[in-house]
Amino acid sequence: MTLADHLPILPVAIPALAAPFALLVMRRRWALGINISLVSCLAMLASAITLMARVSDGTILAYELGDWPAPFGIVLVADRLAAMMLVLAATLALIALLHSVVTRADRKGWHFHPLFQFQLMGLNGAFLTGDLFNLFVFFEVLLIASYGLMLHGQGPARLKAGVQYVVVNLVGSSLFLIALGLLYALTGTLNMADMGLRVAALAPEDQGLLRIAALLLVSVFALKAAVAPLHLWLMRTYAVSTPAVAALFAIMTKVGVYSLIRVVPQVFGDGAGAAAWVPAPYLLPAAMVTTVIGFAGVFVARSLSEQAAYAVIGSTGTLLIAVAGWQTATLGAALYYLVHSTIAAAALFLMADAVARRRGGFADSASPGPDFADRSTVGLMFMLAAIAATGLPPLSGFIGKLMILKSMTALPDWGWAWGVILTTTLIGVIGFARVGSTLFWKQAQSGDVPAPAATRADLVAPAIALALLAALSAGAGWASAYANAAAAQVLDPALSVRAVLGEVEQ
Amino acid sequence: MTYEFLMASAIGVLVAGGIFLALRARTFQVVLGLTLLSYAVNLFLFASGRLVLNRPPIWGKAVTEYTDPLPQALALTAIVITFGMTAFVVILALRSFLESGSDHVDGDTVTGDAQDGFADDAAHGERP
Repeated sequence: MTLADHLPILPVAIPALAAPFALLVMRRRWALGINISLVSCLAMLASAITLMARVSDGTILAYELGDWPAPFGIVLVADRLAAMMLVLAATLALIALLHSVVTRADRKGWHFHPLFQFQLMGLNGAFLTGDLFNLFVFFEVLLIASYGLMLHGQGPARLKAGVQYVVVNLVGSSLFLIALGLLYALTGTLNMADMGLRVAALAPEDQGLLRIAALLLVSVFALKAAVAPLHLWLMRTYAVSTPAVAALFAIMTKVGVYSLIRVVPQVFGDGAGAAAWVPAPYLLPAAMVTTVIGFAGVFVARSLSEQAAYAVIGSTGTLLIAVAGWQTATLGAALYYLVHSTIAAAALFLMADAVARRRGGFADSASPGPDFADRSTVGLMFMLAAIAATGLPPLSGFIGKLMILKSMTALPDWGWAWGVILTTTLIGVIGFARVGSTLFWKQAQSGDVPAPAATRADLVAPAIALALLAALSAGAGWASAYANAAAAQVLDPALSVRAVLGEVEQ
Repeated sequence: MTYEFLMASAIGVLVAGGIFLALRARTFQVVLGLTLLSYAVNLFLFASGRLVLNRPPIWGKAVTEYTDPLPQALALTAIVITFGMTAFVVILALRSFLESGSDHVDGDTVTGDAQDGFADDAAHGERP
């Protein structure tokens, strides 16, 4: 085994090493701690891109932890989808980290950087693992870190929202464990590839239990993805979080979507009997309701951060409308839109922060305040972020939504999906236009003029995010080809079975 | 009436109690509910390898009947995680109560607390 064979473990190992080192040096040498965090994110991005290059030809790398053979030990599986999510997570982490360092938001507490690294470790692990219980463990790692990050900066509002967030997720974890227990009792394995094979061979009397387990598991993923009616925890949590943290959290709902995309075709695919494509009847209506709720929230939001939180819900809904098709074309479009919507949501949260920092006591509330520094620049960038979030040209949201709409035409229910996506886009555009014109065009005759921001440095991170979206738009041909290839790979579970278990089981 | 019935009913009672408490308004009761729920989950995970009495959890050449060791490892992991989480949520609930003056999960400040039938400490504190 050469060093290059250990590539799939790197995205988990790097933050796992960086976090304790950052924790150790943080109190005495602050700058060194920040550098550890930044270097770790860069190394993660480099390893993720290398991994992406390795798997882009369709190979699936199976990495057996401790060299235990596949169905018995835990296995990490790196395919196109996992590599794509790793690159996305590392990119988003760099943007969020840069913003927190530049705006000094990381200095409100000692443990920002270690928690940030643990959060990334959980995210990367969840993207890589090929074992259901290991997925639970990495979910817990990223949740525990997210509890700490969400409370970063303290204050009664954060603590109050934090209690709800933690309680909801603890209940979710309990359901996850119950589903895992049922699946293990039925199949005797926790390896996803192996479970997919064994589910197909279950006796008829076990089908009822299998269906219950599958629905429980899917509900847990829906909770993480904030699908209606399980979305209520998200708004307060994201709106009160430190903006850099909220930007990183933009990928948290996508972990739920990713898990759905990973587990459903692999374990509950065509051969799964009573549990075959088990979320299919419910996912499309729920996704449509989620989209409507999200963009209606964008329309009525009272502050920019609240609006960004609702935009996250709306974009997840749109994404799941496409996922619910479970076909290569729709899933490919969904994966392209997933990358776009994650970065767009991060850009919105960061712009909300940039506005709030310049408006003093008015913060990011959607009410006219006094004139503030860099009004036109900030306004223009907010407009770009809003364009990205709603899916207007020239940024990549337009191409993403176009691809989703085009791929949906092959499905029987496409009229509903078109109606919902197009109507909610219009509602979202009006919502963002309302808030934008209030903030950037109206001016209240108010006595207190807020102190202008000292620098424009806080615009760097959102500018990078917007540039990435433009790049995603320019490179749409390559990106959508990759997304389609990833979708085709995910929807053919035999490929990963062969990679994980070898030819023996075939 | 076997030990399987005992196990199943114990899990059922714990889940019922856990759900009831988790749906209450105050953080302390919710934390208790989550704890009960996690006990039930741990028992459930333990039982997912089938209930086998007095057999070694090891598969060897000499052993013909064994109990599945993997659920024990899973339950152990789950216990560690839920224990840490419970400790965290207790501290969080306490901080939230101290900073906002309300121990209601939804954040409403309700003095007295007539609606859930539990007497408030403050209301009875001055009694001689």
